[in-house]
Amino acid sequence: MAQTIVITPKNETFLKRIVALSAEAITVCDQCGTCSGSCPMIHEMDVTPSQLMRMVQLGQSEALDTKTMWVCASCFACTVRCPRGLDVSKVAEALRQVTLRRSVDRLDIRNIPSDELAELPQIALVSAFRKLTG
Amino acid sequence: MTSEQTSTTHAALDAGSPKRTRLPYYPGCTLKTTGKGLEDSALAVAETLGMELVELPRWNCCGVVTSLTDDDLMRHIAPIRNMVRVQEMSDAGLVDDKRVVTLCSMCFNALKWSNARIGGNAEDLKSINDFMYLEEDYRGDSEVVHFLEILKELDPEAIARQVKVPLGNLNVAPYYGCTLLRPKSIGIDDPENPTIQRKFLETMGATVIDNSYKTVCCGSYQTVPDKYAVAELTHDILSHARSAGAEAVTTFCPLCAFNLDNRQREVLEKHPDFEPMPVFYFTQLMAVAFGLNAECCRFDLNHTDPRPLLRGKKLMKEDA
Ligand code: SF4
Ligand code: SF4
Ligand code: SF4
Ligand code: SF4
Repeated sequence: MAQTIVITPKNETFLKRIVALSAEAITVCDQCGTCSGSCPMIHEMDVTPSQLMRMVQLGQSEALDTKTMWVCASCFACTVRCPRGLDVSKVAEALRQVTLRRSVDRLDIRNIPSDELAELPQIALVSAFRKLTG
Repeated sequence: MTSEQTSTTHAALDAGSPKRTRLPYYPGCTLKTTGKGLEDSALAVAETLGMELVELPRWNCCGVVTSLTDDDLMRHIAPIRNMVRVQEMSDAGLVDDKRVVTLCSMCFNALKWSNARIGGNAEDLKSINDFMYLEEDYRGDSEVVHFLEILKELDPEAIARQVKVPLGNLNVAPYYGCTLLRPKSIGIDDPENPTIQRKFLETMGATVIDNSYKTVCCGSYQTVPDKYAVAELTHDILSHARSAGAEAVTTFCPLCAFNLDNRQREVLEKHPDFEPMPVFYFTQLMAVAFGLNAECCRFDLNHTDPRPLLRGKKLMKEDA
């Protein structure tokens, strides 16, 4: 028997917001799982990249509570392999930006021990702060 | 790129002419600190090959990572401001090429990406030019290239002629990581099976060890919030290179270098039987093969000292 998934206006608003921020046609993801199979950070994630895509498709704003969106390393391994031409890294960035633009940072420089701060090269610090702070 | 430019590069090299081909060069911040071994060795190698990498005046940080959201044009200003410098140098005749050369893989990616996005969009280009009203307008027609692409344009024979210390018995696994290859529109080689380093390493006489981890990300900026997550990737990448027969890996990226080299400390905490492996900047090995003064390699900045390996292979003098 056919089942109907109810997409509420609130779900739809969320989906549209992420589509606009990422410029990705998220609804065409067919859940093949190639992105998840390509992802080097998958061991650190709570939901897989393809699950993250599904959550956004369904307009579930719980996607914003995932660890996955923060541990994506923007490595573009999924990007070059997606048979639908989608870019999960852009979706993860859009999700991060929703939180970061509310002035909620993921990384606080005061929590980095000073000996580590002294050793980390600029390239690591600049990129981490661009990705994980607003 | 025009054929005219290519032939300029070749001409200087072939004639062994004292006048070197001058190319605009963007170093990026980390090449002035932990990545000095990449910069100094690359400048020396370029000079040996008849090229002068002329550093952009008043360059600024490129931001390392391209903004991936559709609406923040603002984050492309920093890379584009560097492109204004390239245009000025080229217009003033201070360089022989309109293409800016990068060494750091991440600078390459960030600059090329912003340049492609803005250069191809008249409206965005105008917005950025209006915002930077104190700068001259960027026309959007300068290009960003990586040092490897420049090497590829040279006569292979001319490079081979410079090899004074063939790396004969050194087993090296070229590592590519992400930003030299991906996304496809930016990358300089096949994103699944890149081979661009192979040819040059073979010209240097090294034994090249290919393995499937050459394109696996090292964890990038996640090294700041979670060094142990990155250490696991380092462990996998280097262990696979080792079991394929490699004694060292090469990279072009100071972030890859930090993650693959310095993070071996965290790898050893978790995997005590891990065997440390030297991580070379690609151009450090070229400098060794060209027999250049070892000082330009700045091996003192490498975390896992590669000198014992080089001395053991008789590729470096005992006292160097
Ligand atoms: S690879 Fe593409 S189509 Fe397949 S699950 Fe991932 S995003 Fe969807
Ligand atoms: S870009 Fe992000 S989601 Fe895609 S493979 Fe890399 S780490 Fe995983
Ligand atoms: S990548 Fe760095 S190190 Fe390279 S310039 Fe850009 S921000 Fe600075
Ligand atoms: S491998 Fe790691 S640091 Fe290096 S290019 Fe990828 S993300 Fe960059």
